[in-house]
Amino acid sequence: MTTQNGFPVVTALIVLPLLAAVALLVLRRNERTIRLVTLGAGILECLLALPLLAYQPNGPAFQFVEHAPWLPALGMSYHMGVDGLSLYMILLTALMLPLCVLGSWTYISKRVTEFHFCLLLMTSACIGVFAALDFVLFYVFWEAMLVPMYLLIAVWGGPRRRYASIKFFLYTLAGSTLLLAAIVAFRQVGGTFSIPELMQQPYSFRFQMWAFLAMALAFAIKVPMFPFHTWLPAAHVEAPAAGSVLLAAILLKMGTYGFLRFCLPLTPAASVTAAPVMIAISIASILYGGCIALGQTDIKKLIAYSSVGHMGFVTLGIFLFSVKGVSGAILQMLNHGITTGGLFMMIGLLYERSHSREIADNQGLGKFMPAYMFLFGVFSFSSLAFPGTNSFVGEVLVLIGAFAGNPWVGFAAVPGAMLAAAYMLRLLQRVTWGEPTSFKKGWYDLGAREWATLVPLALLVFYIGLAPSLAIKTIEPSIERVLAAMQAKNEAMGLTSDMPLAARMELGAPLKVAEAQDAVSKELP
Amino acid sequence: MTIFMLLPELWLFALVCALFVASVRGVKSVAGWLPAAAAMGVLVALAGLSARAELLYATYKLDALSQFFKLVIALGFAIVAGIGAGKKDDADMTPDYYMLLGLSAWGLMLLASCVELVTLYLALELSSYSLYALIPLRGQDRRAAEAGIKYILFGAAVTALALFGLSYIMAAKHTTYIAALAASSWSFADAPLAVLGLTLFLAGFFYKLALFPFHFWCPDVYQGAKNETAAYVATIPKLGAVVVLVRLAALFAPHMEVTNILAVLGAVSMTAGNLAALVQRDVKRLLGFSSVAHAGYVMLGLAAGSAAGLSAAAFYSLAYILMNLAAFYVVCTMSVGGENPSLDDLDGLYKRAPSLAMILAVAAFALVGLPPTAGFTGKLFLLSAAWDQGYHWLVIVAVLNTAISIYYYLSLVRHAYTGESDAPALAVSRGSLVFGGVLAALVLLLGILPAPLYDLAAMAGTQLHP
Repeated sequence: MTTQNGFPVVTALIVLPLLAAVALLVLRRNERTIRLVTLGAGILECLLALPLLAYQPNGPAFQFVEHAPWLPALGMSYHMGVDGLSLYMILLTALMLPLCVLGSWTYISKRVTEFHFCLLLMTSACIGVFAALDFVLFYVFWEAMLVPMYLLIAVWGGPRRRYASIKFFLYTLAGSTLLLAAIVAFRQVGGTFSIPELMQQPYSFRFQMWAFLAMALAFAIKVPMFPFHTWLPAAHVEAPAAGSVLLAAILLKMGTYGFLRFCLPLTPAASVTAAPVMIAISIASILYGGCIALGQTDIKKLIAYSSVGHMGFVTLGIFLFSVKGVSGAILQMLNHGITTGGLFMMIGLLYERSHSREIADNQGLGKFMPAYMFLFGVFSFSSLAFPGTNSFVGEVLVLIGAFAGNPWVGFAAVPGAMLAAAYMLRLLQRVTWGEPTSFKKGWYDLGAREWATLVPLALLVFYIGLAPSLAIKTIEPSIERVLAAMQAKNEAMGLTSDMPLAARMELGAPLKVAEAQDAVSKELP
Repeated sequence: MTIFMLLPELWLFALVCALFVASVRGVKSVAGWLPAAAAMGVLVALAGLSARAELLYATYKLDALSQFFKLVIALGFAIVAGIGAGKKDDADMTPDYYMLLGLSAWGLMLLASCVELVTLYLALELSSYSLYALIPLRGQDRRAAEAGIKYILFGAAVTALALFGLSYIMAAKHTTYIAALAASSWSFADAPLAVLGLTLFLAGFFYKLALFPFHFWCPDVYQGAKNETAAYVATIPKLGAVVVLVRLAALFAPHMEVTNILAVLGAVSMTAGNLAALVQRDVKRLLGFSSVAHAGYVMLGLAAGSAAGLSAAAFYSLAYILMNLAAFYVVCTMSVGGENPSLDDLDGLYKRAPSLAMILAVAAFALVGLPPTAGFTGKLFLLSAAWDQGYHWLVIVAVLNTAISIYYYLSLVRHAYTGESDAPALAVSRGSLVFGGVLAALVLLLGILPAPLYDLAAMAGTQLHP
């Protein structure tokens, strides 16, 4: 196996949780030991992820690359690497593991070993999804993550967990079956499963269109985009707090990451052609999610629908194909993970006290739990993109991109931001200052463990909100590379923006591939 | 020296003889030594992997394909013997029960090497006759008798059909050697009689494989037969069918009439099997319909007909027996009195026998084709082979079928992990658990590191398509 710097960082990040999971099965000690072991694994995971911060924005396209033969006969290889698109997703995944363990310290009281087993498997699979540079390897991790997530919802979920978990599994699996067909098709046309190599090859427009449809369906269900979103509220409401956090912070990002990693570089012409439709769906998601969130009485459902809206901003940013839009989208992916992850964590803490997720049962807590409400306020303000918080940066970048591309798109998306303010402030107002309903003497304000769970996320809210340029500088070169390669490929193909679809369908694969793509193949070592 | 090349067959035959002696002498149980001896058979087959020869006037050929399948059959037989050994106090598990099992497996081993149609037919019947006797063997159970009759009637009818087809092939091509048949054209325009005959002849193997529309016996027999017998019938005889179909599929090019029949039957079979399985409550019946669907998946590789397709079919059949045997292991082990478990009986398995629940989950997700299991890699090879040969519609039907099938496989896991029941904990011996764990580990290992076994299967495929 060839690795950079002699130490396989990514593989270590994937293997460590697996080892910890096996250790849990073997140990089967008391619950406290199991929680401590998992927490230790989580902290170690975060430490192991630190070398990734040495990522050089202006260096080669893929860094921390690891390469080993897997099944040479079919051209499958174990190929891992990190670039600006995936870097922050991997860091976020690593960070979520210890926070989830801390957040469910008292929330989960049955089948503790299995719960932490599932958490560890999830972490491992999610990191694999973001780091895989082989199409089959990507699919392996993409599907492997379904099983632990299913169990998290089905075993530790709320009263309708059976319905929600099956819906989650069926939806996401049905979507990704066609992705497998697309992978097989890419191998036939491109001759390899290696993503960087596939990126360098030209494909005919007809092929791109079919492949784009197959991949986009899988990713759109995962995001989820507007007509495919119905599994999300069900899954979010029923999942335990940690499950919701993982779902919101990491799983949803896989869909948008898929668009960035596969649709844009592999099927550039089809992406450009489908962009108006994708933008329309994104705006529909933003407005629909916002409107529905406005009418919810269940806090978790409200946040779930707000996720549909926030993710709409992400897909909108991606399909603007401008550096501003895409970097806003990636930043927004990260922000949504931090903010919504934090919110779901806080709702979990609230649920432990009141055993209800209804707004009406949790009113007027401001006087009794000031520390809780302070942090809840921070995350809520971040969720509605208040200036100074992280989401503001992402959302503004996406909106700038939208207005620069087409002012009408920008105008259509702006009400989404106002809706977010409306539903979050309504929630915040009720929970903080509403007529107290259910407060009992026994409820504590935040304890030390709960502080430890929430403070890292709250710090990140302000850190990214006040100093976003660090993150943007890291991701921008990767975005520029992807967009430049995309444009070059489309030009080589002879695609112009005013071409009718029928004429586009006739476009073959260009023989000569533009130079811009050479950069993609350069990787460390 | 030839005799050493035949060691895998000879070892199994010696086992059968030893079992015969044991049964004549009235030995009560052979569970003590049989699994170990059968496991030795796997090693012997492993050692015989590189044997290459043509024997008996070129009707019996040792090549990469036959040796690969002999290894898989030996492995399957060893696993079935291991599962059976877990049932020490079952009155039906006498030496002659195992003798019949072994005889059937031996017939299949011979079948793997036959390259002449009449020999092929004889070997097929050898393996079938012992099954006719085995299936009704279940205490005083009437349903087992019913299953036995169904199996025999179906088998006899399809055998007649296959023989009728054989007569057409002989009439049209004047030879029964596969090598000679391969040299002539198999397009319908050139040899209509031969193509018709071959299609009928193939039906005999479709029956073994339980491919639509020859699958009607399958769920009934699984349900009626003893759990251990069902584990055998569900897995090893299918290998025999696959090896012959792989040999015969090398005759065709993609998109010929016969190949298209294979593709269409495969598509219908997977859809029908999966849809019917959705409503089953009996776990064995459910697995029966699932095997109809899996027979359809194998057709992807056969329809592709290329070296990659044939090796994918070979690899998939290995993956299939491993994951199916893992599922049947759980069925056999959890039904203490030998009764048929229903889905509701799986409730609370995570508490009653956590290891069994985990093995069942691995097997179920492998049968769906979820990574990282053998089921996924097998399916990936099949899909990619079929796509390369232009069977795009078939690939899309196959992946959509995965989405259908997830529901019923998931309900196995759902009952085991989220159902609650007050039934007492299952007492499973440590040895049996280790055995099941190894089985599940193999299913995972074949999914994570498929390269060594895929290379073996690929050798078999490329030798048919040099």
